[in-house]
Amino acid sequence: MRDAEDRHGNALYGPQPDVSGASGYPDAPPRVGFFTDTSVCIGCKACEVACKEWNAIPEDGLELTGMSYDNTRGLGADTWRHVAFIEQRKPLGGQEPGVAHDDVDVFAAASRLGTDTSSPGPVPAPAPAQAPDPRISPVSPDGRTELRWLMSSDVCKHCTHAACLDVCPTGALFRTEFGTVVVQEDVCNGCGYCVPACPYGVIDQREEDGRVWKCTLCYDRLGAGMEPACAKSCPTESIQFGPLEELRERARGRVAQLHAAGVTDARLYGDSPDDGVGGAGAFFLLLDEPEVYGLPPDPVVTTRDLPGMWRHAAVAAVSLAALALGSFARRPR
Amino acid sequence: MSEPDNRQEAAMSESDVGRDGVRGARPGREAVTGARAGRRGGRRGRGERPMVPEAEFSSYYGTPVLNKPTWKPLDIAGYLYLGGLAGASSLLAAGGMLTGRPGLAAPARLGAAGAISLSLAALVHDLGRPARFLNMLRVFKPTSPMSVGSWLLVGYAPLALTAAATEVAGRYRLLGSAATLASAVLGPAVATYTAVLLSDTAVPSWHEGYRELPFVFAGSAATAASGLALAAAPPGQAGPARRLAVLGAALELGAFRAMKRRMGLAAEPFDRGGPRVLLRVSELLTAGGAALAVSRGRDRRLAVAAGAALLTGSAALRFGVFHAGVASAEDPRYTVVPQRERLARDG
Ligand code: SF4
Ligand code: SF4
Ligand code: SF4
Repeated sequence: MRDAEDRHGNALYGPQPDVSGASGYPDAPPRVGFFTDTSVCIGCKACEVACKEWNAIPEDGLELTGMSYDNTRGLGADTWRHVAFIEQRKPLGGQEPGVAHDDVDVFAAASRLGTDTSSPGPVPAPAPAQAPDPRISPVSPDGRTELRWLMSSDVCKHCTHAACLDVCPTGALFRTEFGTVVVQEDVCNGCGYCVPACPYGVIDQREEDGRVWKCTLCYDRLGAGMEPACAKSCPTESIQFGPLEELRERARGRVAQLHAAGVTDARLYGDSPDDGVGGAGAFFLLLDEPEVYGLPPDPVVTTRDLPGMWRHAAVAAVSLAALALGSFARRPR
Repeated sequence: MSEPDNRQEAAMSESDVGRDGVRGARPGREAVTGARAGRRGGRRGRGERPMVPEAEFSSYYGTPVLNKPTWKPLDIAGYLYLGGLAGASSLLAAGGMLTGRPGLAAPARLGAAGAISLSLAALVHDLGRPARFLNMLRVFKPTSPMSVGSWLLVGYAPLALTAAATEVAGRYRLLGSAATLASAVLGPAVATYTAVLLSDTAVPSWHEGYRELPFVFAGSAATAASGLALAAAPPGQAGPARRLAVLGAALELGAFRAMKRRMGLAAEPFDRGGPRVLLRVSELLTAGGAALAVSRGRDRRLAVAAGAALLTGSAALRFGVFHAGVASAEDPRYTVVPQRERLARDG
């Protein structure tokens, strides 16, 4: 694949440090994106709601999936942020709630409410010096919890090499000056090509409307100097918005911090410019394999192979002509 | 603003983003899962990444990784089929014209024009916003097979229609001949680019076969066009169509075998459920039609039967390939397992 990379100057595949520049923005602002740190996601879905509200995305049915707390199921035309819920019979390395207020007399604290302005509620408990009360934390003998919940807010990856954008025949999908990927709804003719092209299953067609929709990375808000609605609403800052380079650095530090704390499951997903899509503009810190969250483990932009596809199709076309020639040549009249 | 304490900062960050980046972001993101309980401090503090690829397959409650194609099967599989029929018919038309077989050239010209008109109609019908069809011609993008295809059709369709119109009118022979020859030049591209259209997606069973699929479609186009010619041309002039049927069938069946062998797990949807039936039927009709064409094609009625079998076989192939792709997108296994294997292989 290396040779493909060289030949096409990273237009289709491989690292591309200057996406906006390569798309024709001479003085582009730094590329922005998301670092979604799932280790602090609490599954509140504030991002889902904020995204729907800000972008006026239509209601898309109130259904219960019955599989988990996740009744949204996945990204699509009417879901640009999706919070996945995974309940696992698996210990979370090092997890410890650390909020056992055993030493706080809640009744006493409540009786003081309103009378003591300096202390409106219980004082934060000091870090427990020894093992917490087993009643509160179901810890197995080796000190690990038996069950864990993984929550993760998924979104369009705003790929460095975005298949959706590459295959769009109308130019409705375009690269913004911020390095993000956006659909122009006044241009899209609903050909649907981008839908199966996306290796992450992000973009989809809205049936009653005919066009396709996905996260715009709040292009309207970025233009006005605001951060995206989902990041703004995230109460734990699991969704972090900023210049991509800065986010990548912060994410590396975060992984090291978690590893040092014993959360050895922590790993980054989509952060590397060497991956199959040239690095995602929205990348993640995960606590399990990507596919557990419904993400592809090693996505590759389909257009990496496009030069090869055209070559094969050209040879096939010539073969077809040759077959026809052969059928006539065998018995000339 | 930041506290080393892992208590979460109030959530609303007041960062601003401008053209020059973000200002004033608050780093209140230091919560460590379980760090509060320092009782195992450093016990597992090695910072290695525990990423040994697992052979087993997991998914998010079995939901697909990909969004499946929203294309309507009748429109798009029909479009693939009719494009092939048209493109290869143009070859037969030109050959018939040049070798003095007007009885072969006439139905081939008409078939090409009819098929390409229908296929354009199917393409427009499939759009979410058919009125915006012309947006296809806003840009020319070699990275988009649909863009390339649209431009190809814009060139090809008028030629095929002109060739057919002069055939019907019986006048402007010179114009008709020129249009026939030009459409024969573009025809093979019209017949094979549709394979790239399918392969240039993340759909496992379409993408993984990108090397052989154009040959499958080329062969299938040849059998369809020769089927039409067999059914409509006088047997005395249909010799080339009979031979093209055999050559096309051999190319189609051979390339399909090779494709499945190479594709690994992504070949499985071809052998499951509906696609399996369609492809099996296609194989029988194509092989049987071709055999009948060469052995008994001089009998008018058997030639019609062979032609019908070839036409149906080619259509069944396109629908089978289409549905197999959709099935491969609907099952996360076909996305996850090959990628896992690739990771395990390449590290
Ligand atoms: S994740 Fe999918 S929709 Fe988003 S930019 Fe990448 S290819 Fe396009
Ligand atoms: S559906 Fe719209 S955005 Fe997607 S490829 Fe077609 S024109 Fe482009
Ligand atoms: S960036 Fe904007 S459009 Fe994208 S998920 Fe967040 S709120 Fe929705």
